[in-house]
Amino acid sequence: MDRVEIEARLRDVLVSELGLDADKINTAANFEQDLDVDSLGVVELLMAMEDEFGVKIPDDEAEHIHTVGEAIELVHTKLNA
Amino acid sequence: MAAGDSVPRNQRRRVVVTGMGVISPVGNDVESFWKSIAEGRSGIGHITRFDASAMRTRIAGEVKGYDPEDYFDRKDVRRLDRISQFFMIAAREAMSQAGIAYDPDDEAAARSGVVFGGGFGGMESFTEEIRTLDRRGPDRVSPTGIPKIIINMSAGLVSIEHNLLGPVTCVVTACSASANAIGDAAEIIRRGAADMMLAGGSEATITDYGIAGFAQARALSSRNDEPERACRPFDADRDGFVMGEGGGALVLEERDRALARGATILAEVLGYGMSADAYHITLPRPGGTGAARAMKAAMADAGIDPSEVSYINAHGTSTEANDATETAAIKLALGENAYRVPVSSTKSMTGHVLGGAGAVEAVASILALERSLIPPTINLEKPDPECDLDYVPNQAREFSGDFAMSNSFGFGGHNVTLVFGSSRVGKK
Repeated sequence: MDRVEIEARLRDVLVSELGLDADKINTAANFEQDLDVDSLGVVELLMAMEDEFGVKIPDDEAEHIHTVGEAIELVHTKLNA
Repeated sequence: MAAGDSVPRNQRRRVVVTGMGVISPVGNDVESFWKSIAEGRSGIGHITRFDASAMRTRIAGEVKGYDPEDYFDRKDVRRLDRISQFFMIAAREAMSQAGIAYDPDDEAAARSGVVFGGGFGGMESFTEEIRTLDRRGPDRVSPTGIPKIIINMSAGLVSIEHNLLGPVTCVVTACSASANAIGDAAEIIRRGAADMMLAGGSEATITDYGIAGFAQARALSSRNDEPERACRPFDADRDGFVMGEGGGALVLEERDRALARGATILAEVLGYGMSADAYHITLPRPGGTGAARAMKAAMADAGIDPSEVSYINAHGTSTEANDATETAAIKLALGENAYRVPVSSTKSMTGHVLGGAGAVEAVASILALERSLIPPTINLEKPDPECDLDYVPNQAREFSGDFAMSNSFGFGGHNVTLVFGSSRVGKK
């Protein structure tokens, strides 16, 4: 799966599962600062990513995800490992 | 200080109602709710919220035409159980009518609070989370499940939305919970710990577990073929209560403050009485002595005599046990006046909103005083010989009076009675 497809699918998940505002989602967007995702929302985000892409994201790897771009990159790395 | 032995009425802080809100099976705001109950319209129908085909009971009073996204952001809806949505909606209507909006740094905000009453909390969310745990395992359980489920969150959410920074708490006494919430909130104002309280409650248990659980206790009507005729308080052919959902909220204010800011006084909270049956987990104590003590305590707290009571909004659930026992209790509490006072059960139309019922019925009682019209007990066709009071059968009735009493009783043996004075009393 390439980054473009990952981004499209992640965007759908963010809108449908987390209720985020589609207009604000871009690769540079910071989940906490730009998308208003709080600490509970971060856990929801990780669960949604695991379900959508069939990957496992342990807490120590999750700590490095701050932006949409970083989330895409992590999924890309895992899927192509 | 216990209700019933408080400071004499003329020496204590008075508590008035300056705003009301409701969402119910017969209307999603105060005006539509009133129109329905004044016309004697039933809000009971077949269950649509889940597949009830395997259930012994397949009818309930659902809130109709309701889309949470009409009231909340999509992002927020996912974090709000239906019980909290209902309380927040009723609270908004009440705050808007009272004309109160605080900034977090307002001094008055720190003197304002919330008491919420409910029976279960987020039952629907709890059920979903347990299913997820069983089917998918612990790491698929939602991080927002606990805050959705815990019952006090309904109070917390309203305090967050309206910047109510004073006493914020929650009462859980089954079907008397939101009557307790109103009484406790009034006490908080009386003793000077706050000047304004948002008080009421809600419930949202029309779920597979909620219906199955009450149906197995044989508490629910199974008149599935005639939903609108199923809830028939005081009727000889009643066969159980019909579950409703929704909530109600009152803005309570210390009277001098309300007058000083030019608020419209809708009613006064005059009396609050409580007692326990100390008898059985679900059944009322036969003879109604427990409920009678709550009514007497409320009248004493209000400083009124049985001859002054002008309307009783009954608990009136349509169960075999409640309606006959409540009738006996009214006779014990009011003596010969019991036969003179009109008594009605608005549950005959709304169904039983459980923990939210006391608040919904407080709104009905205050509207009855305000509009000089008693909403009827519908489906009362063949009175039970044990139920021989004036239940205002099937047709609303004009009346004039200043004192309404509202009864709420809960599993566990809780008995709560509130006495409201009309706006005429509140202004005096």
